[in-house]
Amino acid sequence: MVAPHGVTGMLGEDGIHVDMQHLKSGEVNLGTSIMAINFKDGVILGADSRTTTGAYIANRVTDKLTQVHDTIWCCRSGSAADTQAVADIVSYHLNMYGVTNNEAPSTQVAASLFQELCYENKDALSAGIIIAGYDPRHGGQVYSIPLGGSLHKQSFAIGGSGSTYIYGYTDAHWREQMTEQEGIDFVRSALQEAIKWDGSSGGVIRLVVLTKKGAVRHLYLPDNGYTGPGVTN
Amino acid sequence: MPGFDFSNFNRNSALHARGVPLPKATSTGTTIVGCVYDNGVVIAADTRATSGPIVADKNCEKLHYIAPKIWCAGAGTAADTEFTTALISSNVELHSLSTGRDPRVITCMTMLKQHLFRYQGHIGAYLVVAGVDPTGVGLYTVHAHGSTDKLPYVTMGSGSLAAMSVFESTWQPDLDKQGAITLCAEAIKAGIFNDLGSGSNVDVCVIEKDKPTQLMRNYEKPNERGTKERNYRFPRGTTAWLNQKIISKEDMKKYVTIETLSGDDNLAEKMEVDS
Repeated sequence: MVAPHGVTGMLGEDGIHVDMQHLKSGEVNLGTSIMAINFKDGVILGADSRTTTGAYIANRVTDKLTQVHDTIWCCRSGSAADTQAVADIVSYHLNMYGVTNNEAPSTQVAASLFQELCYENKDALSAGIIIAGYDPRHGGQVYSIPLGGSLHKQSFAIGGSGSTYIYGYTDAHWREQMTEQEGIDFVRSALQEAIKWDGSSGGVIRLVVLTKKGAVRHLYLPDNGYTGPGVTN
Repeated sequence: MPGFDFSNFNRNSALHARGVPLPKATSTGTTIVGCVYDNGVVIAADTRATSGPIVADKNCEKLHYIAPKIWCAGAGTAADTEFTTALISSNVELHSLSTGRDPRVITCMTMLKQHLFRYQGHIGAYLVVAGVDPTGVGLYTVHAHGSTDKLPYVTMGSGSLAAMSVFESTWQPDLDKQGAITLCAEAIKAGIFNDLGSGSNVDVCVIEKDKPTQLMRNYEKPNERGTKERNYRFPRGTTAWLNQKIISKEDMKKYVTIETLSGDDNLAEKMEVDS
């Protein structure tokens, strides 16, 4: 065993230690508030828009809601680079699936692809992803993949650093089979609360509503207390 | 499989843990910015290159060519921005030749992010990618770890905070060409004057639809060195002396051997004396 004189480095049994925290310093992070819920006609995804590098906000209008197929989307939290890379790979596979089988992939297929990548590369990734999608066979579905790479099918999921503040809120206010407007209000007010308490979350609130009619984006600005403008496409 | 050899990394970490300082890489404390306008996109950069506390180059070029209508501004490790942009430029041209189409900004951004992600941040290239392609105007930032952002105005490098304060206070939608150029130059100047890692001149590149790209090297020179108003040269005879003694060649021979060379004046170089 070698005695360490080091300033920052640490020696392990083999005299060599690679510090992941040190390696990843300066990385762009999504200190985030994200969530996705089931409602009567489909699913709703929601996210704040803050990206940080240490104490600096690298992007105040980030889009953390990423499309991986027509009506399969995901909410990204953790390292921006890792989650973008994973989403790009999944997007590629789902598009290939769609073309070769002449049929849109199910939400479960998408979630399994995400899980495969997140689990097999768990040592190299810091990615917490929520997958939500609508397919005509199963309707709306929400899956959550936290840090270790496990996969959980849920009626609603919350994630990111801001989610810790809204476990109580979401649990107290959650109802099955909400209408679209009730669902939007639930996600919007939960994220508003997460942004209020979490310093790493902020900016605008983005929503995506997924139903049999397709994907509809919503935007809510802090200027008017996150009340509008609402639908943006 | 081509690529880097990381075997020295473990050795260096072990040495570092025992108190040996790690080798320092040359990095560019930098201000780089980009801004879209109605008919194109402008990117700009300062021209200071630093190596620790030393200014290594007072007028370096941080605006890199990718394709005729796609340019890149680089911050971070100087060598990495240079080689990464050169590699992607080469691959973009081959891609363009094989598809028979003009290259797209998003293609270039994707190639950069996939390359940088593969190297997990060890390639210290922080880039602003800008250009015009058949789909329209594009402006992106790419971080060393491989994350990207798409925004109407962007800043990067150590001077990015100073530059962003200019954008956040004076940017407005529907800028015209001159407005975008002036705004970018102002943002770079904020970096030059308020960030120690940035300095010297402003380089600007304008990429416009249906017009050739303009690289305006040293668009502004806010740090030109003025001529000195005084000099420190003293006139002959300034130094006073108390006595003078002339030693003849004969006297010298008492102490040393003297050999006289041939009369060719060019043989020995004449000693330079201030006039």
